[in-house]
Amino acid sequence: MNFALSDEQEFLKEAARGALSRFGTVAAARDALDGAALPDLWPTAVEAGWPGLLVSEDNGGAGLSLLEASLVFEELGRVLASTPLLGHLPASLLLDRAGAGDLVAALAAGATRAAFVPARPPTDLGEGWSADPALGLTRGPAPAYAGGRLSGTVAWVPDAPGAEHFVVVLDDGRAAHVLAADARVEPATIYDVTRALGHVTFEAVPATLLELGAGDTAAAWYVAQALLAAEAVGAIDVALAASVAYAKERHTFGRAIGSYQAVKHELVEMLRGLDNARSLMYYAGWAAQSEPDELALAASAFRLAAGKAFDHAARAQISVHGGIGATWEHDAPLYFRRAQLSRRLLGGTAGAADRVAGELLTTARARNAAAA
Amino acid sequence: MDLNDTPDLAAYRATVRSWLAASEHEAPAARGDDDAHVAARRAWQRRLAEGGLAAVTWPAEYGGAGLGPLEQVVVNQEIGRAGVPGIFDIIGVGMLGPTLIAHGSEEQKQRHLGPMLTADEVWCQLFSEPAAGSDLAGVQTRAEQSDDGSWRLSGQKVWTTNAQYAAYGLLLARTNADVPKHKGLTMFIVPIDAAGVMVRPLRQVSGEAHFNEVFFDDVRLEPGAEVGPVDGGWGVGMTTLMFERVTIGLGGEGFGWRADRFAHALLDDEACTRDAETRHRFGEIATEFLALRFTGYRMLTSLQRGQIPGAEGALAKVTTIRAAIAAGDLICDVLGPDGLSDERFGELVSDMPGLKSAGGTEEILRNMVGERVLGLPPEPRLDKGIPFSELRAKERADRAVLAGGKPA
Repeated sequence: MNFALSDEQEFLKEAARGALSRFGTVAAARDALDGAALPDLWPTAVEAGWPGLLVSEDNGGAGLSLLEASLVFEELGRVLASTPLLGHLPASLLLDRAGAGDLVAALAAGATRAAFVPARPPTDLGEGWSADPALGLTRGPAPAYAGGRLSGTVAWVPDAPGAEHFVVVLDDGRAAHVLAADARVEPATIYDVTRALGHVTFEAVPATLLELGAGDTAAAWYVAQALLAAEAVGAIDVALAASVAYAKERHTFGRAIGSYQAVKHELVEMLRGLDNARSLMYYAGWAAQSEPDELALAASAFRLAAGKAFDHAARAQISVHGGIGATWEHDAPLYFRRAQLSRRLLGGTAGAADRVAGELLTTARARNAAAA
Repeated sequence: MDLNDTPDLAAYRATVRSWLAASEHEAPAARGDDDAHVAARRAWQRRLAEGGLAAVTWPAEYGGAGLGPLEQVVVNQEIGRAGVPGIFDIIGVGMLGPTLIAHGSEEQKQRHLGPMLTADEVWCQLFSEPAAGSDLAGVQTRAEQSDDGSWRLSGQKVWTTNAQYAAYGLLLARTNADVPKHKGLTMFIVPIDAAGVMVRPLRQVSGEAHFNEVFFDDVRLEPGAEVGPVDGGWGVGMTTLMFERVTIGLGGEGFGWRADRFAHALLDDEACTRDAETRHRFGEIATEFLALRFTGYRMLTSLQRGQIPGAEGALAKVTTIRAAIAAGDLICDVLGPDGLSDERFGELVSDMPGLKSAGGTEEILRNMVGERVLGLPPEPRLDKGIPFSELRAKERADRAVLAGGKPA
């Protein structure tokens, strides 16, 4: 047994941190709220091989797994980096599994971009796939396929603006490839401008069904859940370090505020959330590789733990900093905005909590049935 | 990231599994609290010791298996899988034995470790006192040395698990009150059948008495009863507490506090499993238990690499207790008033508020992690460098002021 990162995995993280440090991504995130352009990180991502992280080596990718992708996302999350990888990675994963050779090689090389147009897999309470973003408005019927054509609407799709290819999950759990040029993308970036979002509408557009194994489209959903959670892990780490540093620096009544239990315990709660989330990040990474039947449980637990911990950490960072933490000049509001939007995307953290319960209840029912 | 057994570990697991398969018919039930049950549990510990499964990590020269933490986990898993109880004296074998191995004299080890391992002699931990819990270094139980090297012991201990079965206790006493409090403590081995020792059961919220109070009235201890240096007992005690936190923080699954077990309990009321609020609460609780399991694997990986478990283990204890409290509440909310008398979960609800303080209160643990892991400034200490005797006088004066009197 070995439940720690390998030297290669540590190196991947360090390299990502180094590559991202050349850009002032956090300051850029603030300026972007006032309309400035964000730095283009895609050439850096391409150089590092991130677009092909989850693509097999046969198709020109790195052939790595969810854990490695999570480590890169942790680093992206630390500095609020704006890259379209949250959409690109699950989409390229499905196209790779479907054997879409030339296109996949181009995606892995970063020569073209894809976005995953998701739907939530069925739960123990309902058999249907759902493209309802759960906490947003349903803007139209879920994507359906008939006679080579696809129609439907999905809201709040990560990284839809700028993608040239869509991998669309259908209302029956199959997936189809659609050219973005055939779809209508309404830009929907909101609140946290480092996260590109779009509402995507298909009106009887040409679509190619992907030949996938059972469980592949669901796996892509859980990969997206885990990647979103991994970003949060990096962001919490930064919020905690900044808050701890400030608590040692700032004095009231003749003492550093970090010496007061009320403040100290809040900071330890941030650490507890971070530590639990990190353990579940490893669990999700391990499950994706070694125990795929547990990926739904592991990725959902990771999403929930990281989402809750990020929400708490983003608020605590503001409180520990006092008034300054709530001002535009400080970084804390940027992390807060990231946390608030993230917790409501891709089914939301509440959806992940329900999924954890559903997976465990399903397993318990099956054991009862087997015992009876 | 690999949770698979290495070939060596797989071979060990197979050995353990076949031993358990051959012996499990001798195992007693997991629950019960009468004398016959305790006798059966002690006999079963002896069998486990014979099979090499009782003290996996103790060195072979003291009767242990001389193996590492991974083998210990394999044994825990296989005992759980077989559905048989583990050892009876977890406190002795898990915490006090390792303390003796680290700090005891060779004579003490030879005399005590064998009977501890086989449960012929059960042990108890005599650290906490009515006025010394979180601030353990404030113990007031006194030990004074006579000219012949023997000791006279007087005072009171509390929250003592298994004292009613114990032959010996490991006891922290004050041997010098004229130095700052951490520096005047000594650890002793105390025979519970010695003249002047009285054990009284202490009933708790559940009505059961899992703990005791132990009184010492001028108890004579033989020369050489001290463990480690005289006035060096604080360091000895820290070793015990480190093993205690790891045992509680990593031991939750051994107590049956697992996400899958609570899922089974919810199925008693199929309607609740479709209720959004119940599902949300259960999802959050289960996620904490899952995080604990994989935090445990991370800690084991560190242990296996020879790193000593640090303050981070304290966070595992905090999470364990919080999640178990929330789980007991949820199950009893679902079952209604019946839940409070349900033998699986009623006691969980009643015991948890007290367990929150076991092995360090949540507040003390958060202080410790904040200071040692995050490097935050320590709590202001008004007792630093002050001899214990003066400190006590100062406390009395403080109390008088708070009660409205004038400072002495």
